[in-house]
Order: sequence, then C-alpha cells, then structure tokens
Amino acid sequence: MCTYRTDKVEVTGSGKGPGGWFRLKEAVVYFDHPQHSPADHTLNIDFANRDLGPDSRVAVELSPESALALARAIQASLDAAPPGLIPR
Amino acid sequence: MYDGMMAESVRITGHGGDEIEAYFARPLGPGPYGGVVVIHHMPGYDAATKEITRTFATHGYTAICPNLYWREAPGASPDDAAAVVRAAGGVPDERLVGDVDGAARYLRSLTYSNGKVGVIGYCSGGRQAFLAACSLPLDAAVDCYGAFIVGSPPEGMPLKVGPIVGMTEHLSCPLLGLFGAEDSFPSPEETSQLEEELARHAKTYEFHTYEGAGHAFFAVDRPSYRPEAATDGWERIWAWFGRYLAA
Repeated sequence: MCTYRTDKVEVTGSGKGPGGWFRLKEAVVYFDHPQHSPADHTLNIDFANRDLGPDSRVAVELSPESALALARAIQASLDAAPPGLIPR
Repeated sequence: MYDGMMAESVRITGHGGDEIEAYFARPLGPGPYGGVVVIHHMPGYDAATKEITRTFATHGYTAICPNLYWREAPGASPDDAAAVVRAAGGVPDERLVGDVDGAARYLRSLTYSNGKVGVIGYCSGGRQAFLAACSLPLDAAVDCYGAFIVGSPPEGMPLKVGPIVGMTEHLSCPLLGLFGAEDSFPSPEETSQLEEELARHAKTYEFHTYEGAGHAFFAVDRPSYRPEAATDGWERIWAWFGRYLAA
C-alpha cells in the first residue's frame, strides 16, 4: 500500500549531496514505498534544503528494523554526550 | 501486427497555459489511432512510467505522460522531484485536470488521431484518472489502485487531497477499476463504495479486485509485482481501450 503519511522536521545542520556540502533546512520522514531499496516499504528520510533546488537532498531508505536501530543509536549517542555539550 | 514506434520528450501546454514536459510515444504506422494519457504514480515521472507509455504505443495507441512535477522541479531527477512534491502536499486537483486536458488536446491534435482519448493512472494517478474523467470529456478511463476517491488521507499527512466520490455523476466515460484485495489505500470496502455510487448513477464500469495482490501489483520493478494480477489486468486494459478507443 501507499501509506502517504509524511512527517516534516525543521533541522539545523549540514548534509552532503551530489554537489557537495550544503545547509539543511528540513528532514522529511515517511514509511512508504522506496525508490531504490528492494523492499515493499522502507523508512525514508529526505534531508533537504528546498531553497537550493530539488537535488539538494540527502536521501536514505532503511528497513524498519535498521531505522529503529538508528533511532536508538541517535538517542544513546546524545544521552551519552558529556554534560554541558547539549542544551537541555 | 506492425509494432514500430517512437518515443521522445515533448512540451505541451498544461494548466493555466503553462508549458510542461511530457513523454510522448506513438506507433509509426499511418493510423488513425486512439490516444491514452498516462498519469504517473506518486514516485514520479520515472523510467517505469515511461516504459508503460511506450507499451501503449506498441499496442497501437498514441500515448502521453505529462510530468506533473515539472513546475516544482523542472529537469530534476524523478526521485528528487517526487520528494519535493511529496513534502509540498502533492499535486493540486485543479492543476492535474488542466494538465490532463492539455495532454488530451495534444493527442487529439495529431493528424493520425481518431479523435478518441482515454486516461489511465496508477497509485495517486488512479485517483487522478477518475478525477480527470469526471472533469473532462474523455472516452475511457482506467483507475489502477487509486486511493482517496472514497475516504480521506490519514491525519498528520500533508497530502492536500480529499474524497471525490461525489463527482461520480459527472463521469464522462466508461471506467475500468483494477485493485488489489490486500491493499488498504484503497481498501476493498472503499472500492465497493465507489462501485455502488457508479451503479447508482447508471455509469458503465467494470471492477476487478485481485486476491493475493496489494498495491502496485503492476510495478515490475518492485516487490509488490504480482504477475498473475498484472497479466490479467493488462488483458483487461487492452480489451477496455480496444472497445472504447477504437475508430
């Protein structure tokens, strides 16, 4: 099925696309059909800056298991950061 | 049967007089030929949809697929363009109708046209095929698993589309619907509701829901491909267009 659901997050940071590094403005997250990954559905994230054009995008298509593992790793990494480095 | 064909990118006049890109394929014989507007799926104006467009030409139809994402992302790769349009909430209905109208006019203007034009769409394009057939004078339509003809998108999604089943009375042509029994968008309950509405308005239609198939069973490059459903579906498409787009 097409799930159609799409979540958007404003992000601050940089990504590296086909033209080199660029400033990111948003991350678009959706669990739906992939473009490339050989699966019916994947957790897809587009890190993008629409102001710079459609190809200013870093795209990933992850199996749900690996997406959850990635989410846990992100959380664990931030939780383990030394005190004072991350505004709470 | 002579099956020589050619295909190329062209420019057509779409909604609001905008020039947009389209992929056009035609048989190389003298005609006259019926025409088919191919509406691409949500992943965009991609290689798979161009292949489908060429398939119609090898079967004796002129065929054109407008790039519905051209305005947001002219010249971009199909996946980048699809990402932009998805984040923006999809293609506005009014613009879709204008673009299909432009594509249909292009086909009818060909010297080797028989004057008849049908529409077919896949995934989001299935809903858009129905929308176009309820908004424009067309000769045949095929809806391949289009969601949100009946029912609305789930909460929290930016897709700016709503149910259009209320337009059924304006359907201008016979409608063939091809669906998967395991699909949820559209669900079999939703396609049944659409069928009831078509019957209520005494429209000509034929629906087939394939067991063992879900969404996108025609997509040969995806794991959702179901050869039995797709093969039968293609045969029904040829029969449908053969009946209603013939000279």
